[in-house]
Amino acid sequence: MSKQEQHWEKTRNLLFITLAIWFVFSIGIFLFGAEMQESNIRPFGYPLTYWFTCQGSLAIFVILIFWFAGRQEKIDDEFGFSEREGDK
Amino acid sequence: MIKGKFIDNLPKVYGIYTGGFLVFIILMAIAEQAGMSAKLIGIFFVAFTVLIYALIGWLSRTLQVDAYYVAGRQVPTVFNGMATAADWMSGASFVAMAGGIYFKGYGYMALLVGWTGGYVLVASLLAPYLRKFGCYTVPDFIGTRYGGNLARFSAVIVLTVASFTYVTAQINATGTIASVALDIPFRIAVYVGLASILMCSMLGGMRAVTWTQVAQYIVLIIAYLLPVFWISSKLGAGFFPHFMLADEVARIAELEGQFGFVKNSAADLATVPKGLAGITKAHSSVNATPWAFISLAVCMMAGTASLPHVMMRYFTTPSVRTARRSVGWSLFFIFLLYSSAPMLATLSKLSLIDPTLPTGIIGKTIAEVQSIDWYQNWNQANLMFISDFNANGTLELNEFFMGGKAVVLATPEIAGLPYVISGLVAAGGMAAAMSTADGLVLAISNALSHDIYYKIINPKAETAKRLIVARVLLVLIGFAGATIAALEIQGILGSVIWAFDFAMSGLFFPLVLGVWWKRANAPGAVAGMLLGLISGTAYLIWVRSGGSGFLGITQLTFGIVGSAVSLVSMVVVSLITAAPDAATQKMVDDVRIPSGKTVLAQK
Repeated sequence: MSKQEQHWEKTRNLLFITLAIWFVFSIGIFLFGAEMQESNIRPFGYPLTYWFTCQGSLAIFVILIFWFAGRQEKIDDEFGFSEREGDK
Repeated sequence: MIKGKFIDNLPKVYGIYTGGFLVFIILMAIAEQAGMSAKLIGIFFVAFTVLIYALIGWLSRTLQVDAYYVAGRQVPTVFNGMATAADWMSGASFVAMAGGIYFKGYGYMALLVGWTGGYVLVASLLAPYLRKFGCYTVPDFIGTRYGGNLARFSAVIVLTVASFTYVTAQINATGTIASVALDIPFRIAVYVGLASILMCSMLGGMRAVTWTQVAQYIVLIIAYLLPVFWISSKLGAGFFPHFMLADEVARIAELEGQFGFVKNSAADLATVPKGLAGITKAHSSVNATPWAFISLAVCMMAGTASLPHVMMRYFTTPSVRTARRSVGWSLFFIFLLYSSAPMLATLSKLSLIDPTLPTGIIGKTIAEVQSIDWYQNWNQANLMFISDFNANGTLELNEFFMGGKAVVLATPEIAGLPYVISGLVAAGGMAAAMSTADGLVLAISNALSHDIYYKIINPKAETAKRLIVARVLLVLIGFAGATIAALEIQGILGSVIWAFDFAMSGLFFPLVLGVWWKRANAPGAVAGMLLGLISGTAYLIWVRSGGSGFLGITQLTFGIVGSAVSLVSMVVVSLITAAPDAATQKMVDDVRIPSGKTVLAQK
């Protein structure tokens, strides 16, 4: 496998992990909205589903993007595909 | 005071700007104490901020194509994040979102999740790759990746339909705010709003829009957060509302149980002015089916990733790496406002309905409520209404009606904050609507001038001529938008949601598969864009004209139909036609790695 193919395979795997986490917090948990609302887990005292819609999912997305960016930069560095000065 | 290049001094420049704005707020507060009238304060706030934006727009004027279309590709990560946040958060986010949460509760929160979750798709599927591509516009990517004028042209059509639907709503919002703050008729105010929008974008294109959007973000976020924190402290709910309103949320649920949601008769409801609504849904409980929630969220997420005015902001960063990080910053700055909207809705609702609070009106006598100053003001502005349906002389929960906008606009006054805050909120709403309108008008006119005029009609046009065409188109599109906005056909929020569905129907899969599926070719992309847009639109028209729809897909989620048709037709047509040539395959390979020259620079 060429260097570029390996790079793309890792990139694609990172995409799948990122999208899986994204799926859980944007779609997955809301399949069980009513059940979660009754749960005893109450972040800051808010009902669980309500908290996810107000803050939880939103904050997780912010963190997820920064995490994803960091991981992708590592992959690019590993294969020497990061941008250098003068690339325009 | 400031030496060296503007770009190197950005933190200083915007630091001084923010400080100056805070001083301005304090001066206005002093002027209010000294007896300046509320109306004059409102005029000062809106006029002062709009003039500053116009000044920035003038200072950023340019005669270079690169600066006009992509701000010279040198916007730093964090500042691009702020500009994107302003670009993104429209008048609807600012003025209508808290109101939507206030009235509809959980079902509406799908928009919050969708409008933030979409950025994960932007960061992981598209933005860095499109930045590497080095295009000026979104159709530029489609046209070059797939090849051929037909693909380019189809992308321009989808872009124009989606963005134009959106921009009329934004010009409408600038008009609404300008007409209230400056006290002029709406039909004239729309053109005042348009003039302000054009001043920001005409001379400097993307460069001017970028630097005004950063300035607008600063105004709008101060204008949104300051009242939320202030009201929360004033009610004794806590100094940091986001972490401290659990008791208030529980109290609202308790009051809802106590009052009950009494249904009004149709005859009674007919007497309520149009656009006002009562509290009929529980504040925090899960009151929508999983599918209703998820389908709306999915449409907003895919729409986010396909709306060209957002995507083109990531063309302005210096590199692929910064484009990726910039998406994270964008969402962070958006998060600051979005996570505050539910808090504002909670504070607003509690202060109105809790009889134990001095501001609570439920349970008071009708005559008493009618004599309250703020009730009279907002009743006159057609945003509040009470009526004693059961003739018992006391105001019940189902006898109080409010417009969605009032949650943001009136809550400071209800909670007893000084008028200077209301002026600030008007300036914030204006900033939010203007910044989005700027981005949209520019996205459309850039696509028409670059993709239609330069790439298809006259590829030999000189720089000066291209830029003149771009500016003329900008003005024409602005006027067309304002003219339609002045007709007041649709509400602000409804048309915003449609824009997402249009963009999703036509552009989501052609964009994503352009990067992630090498086998995708021009006929497939054209089929995907056109059939997606047509089927989505047909479904919308069918449901609007009384059709029953299927699978619980409503007029707000028609993008699901459009994008499904788009995906299927794109895959099928791509597979039955010839694979893209070697040069195109190589192009896709190049897009997938950050290093090296941009794809367009190699050609």
